[in-house]
Amino acid sequence: MAARDAGAGSKLTRLTAAEIAAAVASGEVSAVEVTQAHLDRIVAVDSDVHAFLHVAGNAALAAAEDVDRKRAAGEPLGPLAGVPLALKDVMTTADMPTTCGSKILEGWRPPYDATVTRRLRDAGVVILGKTNMDEFAMGSSTENSAYGPSHNPWDLTRIPGGSSGGSSAAVAAYEAPLAIGTDTGGSIRQPASVCGIVGMKPTYGGSSRYGLVAFASSLDTPGPLARTVLDAALLHEVMSGHDPCDSTSVDAPVPPVVAAARQADVSGLRVGVVTEFSGGGSQTGVQARFTEAVELLESLGAKVVEVSCPHFTYALPAYYLIAPSECSSNLARFDAMRYGLRAGDDGTRSADEVMSLTREAGFGPEVKRRIMLGTYALSSGYYDAYYGKAQQVRTLITQDFEAAFEQVDVLVSPTTPTTAFPIGERVDDPMAMYLADLFTIPSDLAGNAAISVPCGLAPEDGLPVGLQIMAPALADDRAYRVGAAVESALEQRWGGPLLAKAKELREPSGGTQ
Amino acid sequence: MSITRDEVAHLARLSRLALTDAELDHFAGQLDQIIGAVARVQEVAAEGIPPMTHAVPVVNVLRDDVEVACLSPEQALSGAPAAEQSRFRVPRILTED
Repeated sequence: MAARDAGAGSKLTRLTAAEIAAAVASGEVSAVEVTQAHLDRIVAVDSDVHAFLHVAGNAALAAAEDVDRKRAAGEPLGPLAGVPLALKDVMTTADMPTTCGSKILEGWRPPYDATVTRRLRDAGVVILGKTNMDEFAMGSSTENSAYGPSHNPWDLTRIPGGSSGGSSAAVAAYEAPLAIGTDTGGSIRQPASVCGIVGMKPTYGGSSRYGLVAFASSLDTPGPLARTVLDAALLHEVMSGHDPCDSTSVDAPVPPVVAAARQADVSGLRVGVVTEFSGGGSQTGVQARFTEAVELLESLGAKVVEVSCPHFTYALPAYYLIAPSECSSNLARFDAMRYGLRAGDDGTRSADEVMSLTREAGFGPEVKRRIMLGTYALSSGYYDAYYGKAQQVRTLITQDFEAAFEQVDVLVSPTTPTTAFPIGERVDDPMAMYLADLFTIPSDLAGNAAISVPCGLAPEDGLPVGLQIMAPALADDRAYRVGAAVESALEQRWGGPLLAKAKELREPSGGTQ
Repeated sequence: MSITRDEVAHLARLSRLALTDAELDHFAGQLDQIIGAVARVQEVAAEGIPPMTHAVPVVNVLRDDVEVACLSPEQALSGAPAAEQSRFRVPRILTED
């Protein structure tokens, strides 16, 4: 909390969102100073990290000025007023481009704000810009972005995870204390895990999809990324709640996630280790840190048991039928007629030809693969054998969760089987890439809540490992409660946050501004 | 179950993707591998298990029948690749004959 001395800019970027909000509210620092410090940090490191596709410096400073003006006028401020945030480029913003990491939407300015965007603005959160992502959120590395990959701040030669990899990289690189991601198969938790930060997939329907450019509508869930569990909870509370513009939005109060993050107590809680995800299949160091985290939970007073969820290993194949099927339908909207790219419209070609040429030119390989896979799974003759069966597996997975949550309060597993892999390693090997989602997909299919919190570094490569905590639908607070307890105990052991172990990024300008 | 190059070409047509020959070669092998892997769902899903389409069991969400703000024609056309007389201009959709 030292924001007053010289060189304050660099220190401001090290504060948590909760600390920034308190400092802004008390007048210790202005929202403009905080925003400027983060914009400076982006200038200093983002040419290496490439977390952002668009930085909205002037808009951010104007939003910050507004917070300062409100404070000066004695108007009430929200719990995150004046806190900078990086917004995944899948959320529409009326004052910034929204590309979804795709050439087909290059330069597109949506005519409206997403509900999440609107709620952030209303809360006085300062949106710094839009973050890089795998094209239309399809991928686990950001390598499927049409604008080049983002880089993991722990090791710039490695992936920051995906699809919300620009968001995870921005938070881990101290370019923003908070970010919004979206999770369809693990796209918040896996990037959080490999960047050594916190990422939460709320209960499906707990956060609005209005203005979230759709990939798989029955799965897509916006959620927070942050450096601490409490910060994630604060953002969760601000962005969530019922939205009449989203027909699948849950009309129920937001679970008490902030109180749970402050409670940080697991004594008496029943924790289930998922048998199917705790055997082999993970990198040695991932398995070792996971086992330690489970022992830690036990030492903190949790009752740990092993729980079998026999259908979880079928989640990955079911997901890669359901998500592509929904994608093939959702992405039909990119037809070169109403917005986005149009290619080959030379006056002689038909609408049908222009459509096919545009989609050929505008979509990258992974999007094309998934559209065709979904088209296949939904074709007559194959529908029952593929899409129909996958939907039945979805029921079986949900039943596994229901049975498990009769025995335990939360389930735990590693978040993803490996640490951050090198950029390029899996880029043209779809099945290898898909394995990154192995442990995260069940909660997407069932629609329940799940968080990833850092649980150490893998000894073999010195890269972050994440612990996944899965909670029943609408019991998001339980995931925060356990996550915060783990965070607090581990930080005591480490003598500070895990991210402090990452080596400093080079600031070409010679440091702080 | 495997997928042929011709089937992939057919899928590409259905998907409105003007793939190149090189892409067809490349994707045919990859899709064959993916479809082989996801076919595992057939091992467990037996008769009588209800399909699940959605995580939230909600149906027919209605709202009161009142006017709400919507996009202006200018906003709706603001991203159009081509517009004419407050309309989206599109390539021909019918042939001469």
